[in-house]
Amino acid sequence: MFSDELENISWEETTKTINAKTSGDVERAIQKSKDQLTVDDFMALISPAAEPYLEQMAELSRDYTQMRFGKTISMYVPLYLTNSCMNSCVYCGFQHSNPIKRIILTDDEIMNELKAIKKIGPFQNLLLVTGENPRDAGVEYIKNAIWISKPLFNNLSIEVMPLATDEYAQLTQAGLYGVVCFQETYNKARYNVYHPRGMKSKFDWRVNGFDRMGQAGVHKVGMGVLIGLENWRTDVSMMAYHLRYMQKNYWKTKYSVNFPRMRPSENGHFQPNVIMTDKEYVQLMLAFRLFDHDVDISVSTRENKEFRNNILQLGVTSMSAGSKTDPGGYATYPEALEQFAVSDERTPQVVENDIRKSGYEVVWKDWDECLQDDFKTQIA
Amino acid sequence: MKPLIIAGKEFSSRLFTGTGKFSSNRTMGEAILASGSELVTVALKRVNIGDNADDMLMHIQYPGINLLPNTSGVRNAKEAIFAAQLAREALGTNWIKLEIHPDPKYLLADGEETLAATRALAKEGFIVLPYIQADPVLCKKLEDAGAAAVMPLGSPIGSNQGLQTREFLRIIIEQSNVPVVVDAGLGAPSHASEAMEMGADAVLINTAIAVANDPIRMAIAFKMAVEAGRMAFEAKLGIKSMGAHASSPLTSFLS
Repeated sequence: MFSDELENISWEETTKTINAKTSGDVERAIQKSKDQLTVDDFMALISPAAEPYLEQMAELSRDYTQMRFGKTISMYVPLYLTNSCMNSCVYCGFQHSNPIKRIILTDDEIMNELKAIKKIGPFQNLLLVTGENPRDAGVEYIKNAIWISKPLFNNLSIEVMPLATDEYAQLTQAGLYGVVCFQETYNKARYNVYHPRGMKSKFDWRVNGFDRMGQAGVHKVGMGVLIGLENWRTDVSMMAYHLRYMQKNYWKTKYSVNFPRMRPSENGHFQPNVIMTDKEYVQLMLAFRLFDHDVDISVSTRENKEFRNNILQLGVTSMSAGSKTDPGGYATYPEALEQFAVSDERTPQVVENDIRKSGYEVVWKDWDECLQDDFKTQIA
Repeated sequence: MKPLIIAGKEFSSRLFTGTGKFSSNRTMGEAILASGSELVTVALKRVNIGDNADDMLMHIQYPGINLLPNTSGVRNAKEAIFAAQLAREALGTNWIKLEIHPDPKYLLADGEETLAATRALAKEGFIVLPYIQADPVLCKKLEDAGAAAVMPLGSPIGSNQGLQTREFLRIIIEQSNVPVVVDAGLGAPSHASEAMEMGADAVLINTAIAVANDPIRMAIAFKMAVEAGRMAFEAKLGIKSMGAHASSPLTSFLS
């Protein structure tokens, strides 16, 4: 399990190593980047020493991305099924103690949302999102949502609480393709500052969830660090270790990395400890592409339109559009509270046109249920 | 130049192409037309099979262009067989490019599963073109299992590294009774020429054309390279000289 590996990686030492990287280390990593880099090389590329090399890294990142993914951007859309949650993540609008209206979409409401999504764009990649409420929106609820969505979407992923191995296997059997789960931070000593109560307070259960996904044969696993909690350079280096660990142990699985960044709060809510600049965000994206030519890099509507347009050629491979981050937001309850504020409010059509203008093709469909054995045995 | 025949079907072009990674479906269609390719592979995962208005399919509907659906995305023989059956029904072709790569990173083929799927699909009347490692023994087994051609890789898919498997391709070409199509990794027209000079029956090019700055001109460049390589092969290349032969110290005693 990855929690065992993590015992041997010191947060403090890693931070020191990153800060001690020199321009020589950066140049060596850049030169080697045609072949697979080590996490140590990755640390050089995200270190402050790499800042003068962004243009060079950008050129390579663009080329590696085009080689592997072509001139294409894959589109997905999230569907929030519920904002009910037993956790107390201090930065999240859905935290248990927040006195907001809790919604768990019914079958009919889910269907209405799916149809509303289809009206805003020809999406085939759907991400089903829930809070952590095993009693009222547990595995059976999620499985049911998958069954409802399957006829309308070719590719289904979930972003829900960590599950047990057999639960991931059951959902995969029901037609699930991918699982997204953010570790949020790999700083175990500080993890509970942000996640004080509920199942999410159990660091090892969460971090080993990725092993369970691998063991269950999930096709694609999305990993993530929430930028704004701890030193981002150290945190993403831990994620890089985790990615390599996963690739070695679960070699049939595809991976994506996410690094959403929190913005300063204007309404007195949680203030991020770390603000990542645009330049740093781009540096991180380029570093990930040089580190791994094949990993899917996903950028959500948390980022604004101008920024998303500018980074199109730099390594990103999938984007969401038209997203509503509240349950029922597409059709049923357009007024409910969002999990995070969407910065890019363009319609999917406008996003598509902007991507085309940059010389890229928009890919709505890149999976077909006919390729998935587990699901076919169900319908046979 | 001699036409290429696979499963009784004649091709005048020995350049097969792919449909992924292009900056637009329009550019893709134009590049494929420019390449003169008559066999074009399409990933089942990318098209809306059964939808006649699918944008990608619409852009390659020309007389003389034959579809070769591929199973990219499947992880084992069972999934590949199901996908092939679906493709046959929806796209109306019994040609199938078998791609079984459970490793999504390097997309290297699973020989064991590919062999099993080839055997099953050939029995069902499919024209099976399996994508595989440059493994001469596996190629012979695939031939026995009913493959219509074999498609060994030059180097990993999308890597543009050329004929890294040269010595094994040589053996495959020498031993094969079915056409050998070098697939994957050919990054420059010179790589394609080299494969054709070696005696490969055809090559399949995707990334190198799709990702070029000017895909249409690159498609033409590959067309010319494939023709040049084939012509050189048919004209019989001279053997490379190992050095000067002015005197014959080893055999002079014979004269």
